[in-house]
Amino acid sequence: MANKLKALIIGPGNIGTDLLMKAQRSDWIEPVWMVGVEESEGIHRAQKMGVKTCTTGIDGVLEHVVADDIRIAFDATSAYAHAEHARKLNALGVIMVDLTPAAIGPFCVPPVNLAEHSASLAMNVNMVTCGGQATIPMVHAVSRVQSVAYGEIVATVGSKSVGPGTRKNIDEFTRTTSAAVAEIGGAREGKAIIIINPAEPPLIMRDTVHCLVDEEPDQKAITESVMEMIAEVQKYVPGYRLVNGPVFDGNRVSTYLEVEGLGDFLPKYAGNLDIMTAAGLRTAEMLAEEIASDRFALPARA
Amino acid sequence: MDLNGKKVTLHDMSLRDGMHAKRHQISIDEMVAVACGLDEAGMPLIEVTHGDGLGGASVNYGFPAHSDEEYLGAVVPKMKQARVSVLHVPGIGTLDHIRMASDLGASTIRIATHCTEADISEQHIGMGRNLGMDTVGFLMMAHMVNEQDFLQQALLMESYGANCIYCTDSAGYMLPDEVTKKISTLRQHLKDETEIGFHGHHNLAMGVANSLAAIEAGADRIDGSVAGLGAGAGNTPLEVLSAVLHRMGAEDGIDLYKIMDVAEDLVVPMMDQPIRVDRDSLTLGYAGVYSSFLLFAKRAGEKYGVPARDLLVELGRRGTVGGQEDMIEDLALTMSSQKP
Repeated sequence: MANKLKALIIGPGNIGTDLLMKAQRSDWIEPVWMVGVEESEGIHRAQKMGVKTCTTGIDGVLEHVVADDIRIAFDATSAYAHAEHARKLNALGVIMVDLTPAAIGPFCVPPVNLAEHSASLAMNVNMVTCGGQATIPMVHAVSRVQSVAYGEIVATVGSKSVGPGTRKNIDEFTRTTSAAVAEIGGAREGKAIIIINPAEPPLIMRDTVHCLVDEEPDQKAITESVMEMIAEVQKYVPGYRLVNGPVFDGNRVSTYLEVEGLGDFLPKYAGNLDIMTAAGLRTAEMLAEEIASDRFALPARA
Repeated sequence: MDLNGKKVTLHDMSLRDGMHAKRHQISIDEMVAVACGLDEAGMPLIEVTHGDGLGGASVNYGFPAHSDEEYLGAVVPKMKQARVSVLHVPGIGTLDHIRMASDLGASTIRIATHCTEADISEQHIGMGRNLGMDTVGFLMMAHMVNEQDFLQQALLMESYGANCIYCTDSAGYMLPDEVTKKISTLRQHLKDETEIGFHGHHNLAMGVANSLAAIEAGADRIDGSVAGLGAGAGNTPLEVLSAVLHRMGAEDGIDLYKIMDVAEDLVVPMMDQPIRVDRDSLTLGYAGVYSSFLLFAKRAGEKYGVPARDLLVELGRRGTVGGQEDMIEDLALTMSSQKP
């Protein structure tokens, strides 16, 4: 497949490894490098999976970027580290798909606004948060039918699927998600709540989306829009399911969702992590499709 | 039990936990009147926040009659001796809310997490300490883990800078022996200067008994609520606890007749429904379910034709934790669609 876009992944942790497994099955993306800062279990996993590895951080891989024709980089490290990664790789003409909460680039929720980003050649797109990926499609499904004054999402995730980075800065989740509920979801005001539940066996990610609409809700049109959007998300996250709703109560429209992962590297209950890696890969694939059909040109390289 | 001469700091919850029982609709006038009455009665600490803490205003938990800013702005300047505390749940509120509460004169910040998730409180506890606040780690649904696991979480919060750690019986499920075990384990292993608190709910009518057990085991602060106004069957009724403490010779600094009058003349008339152990609140305590689920389960039960008790028992079986109010309507929909 000459059309496959070559990619590197920074961060050989749970997210990076899961992404690598998904990318190796892709018709559009070819993962070439896994980049870490030290020898680690994740680096060894990547070696076994047949990709090149680098253990000296981003600087160790820069000289190979042009030689190996790397066009896409997935950043699965931290918001703190992302700024430097983005600067150095963008300078070499590599498009960044940012899975950290850094949000340097515009928010991207594939079924909602990816087309805009590829049209405007965004060199850095941010994948919001797991809760954002799971819920913003639903806010948008309502707001594309009629105006939404207020959108609120509640994401409940299993304790085992929440890593130390998120735990140290849980505000980053609430802030970034509520901003994106408004900006991408299309609500005038956004709010996000995250609940961590330690039950055993771990619960599958649950998400609730409440929208307060300005006028009386058009139940039929909203229900159809929600069903269409569920099908869109299911294209890259098959375990994305509507459990209940849409419920109409006055001007409130609520949907109750469950997100089960594919169980690649992360267990199936960790739909929250799976939807991030799947959305990140979907974003890169859509760019590759656009390039293949000449609707989008990669930055020129000498 | 000998509590003679023991010093106890009582902490009133009627204007925060009581917000659950009032669907967050307490008026500014009511809030100021109750707070002033409690201040007069010698209550050292009074909590004023949305029932679900700072930033709790939401579809999920209920929009309050007034914002946290408005309540705090009205109450704090009126206090002669009482200090005002606020509750904060990471994942719901943010650091900006803590800064706001501190600016408005709240002197105590209580950072609440589920009893296994203390490590999401580090930045919030840190901010409380940086702002020079009395900073409390508040471990909810404490019945869900054993005392050793509970201690590990308490130690984390202490290491982040909390100067007081609470054992919070959010479901009103605990019995005195368990309270004794948990509080004495904390007392044994936390720093001497770290205070310990207990927060009870009256769902099994154990509020007073559990609070006494906590004090005997070394608790310094006890939460309760004047007239019991709080989630579920309410919090430990403070006027009752105070009367018992006075008979036992413990020192709480409360003027008993004054607090009795606040309960009877101000708080009971505010109640939308009697706060008592009934079939549903008893189920909370029996099944170990978060107390503020009560009114949500009653409403969803009526709307979808499912008994509230069945909803609460199933929520307990599923291991739901504080904050998962959204799962109540979801479950009611599922159960009602499965009805024959």
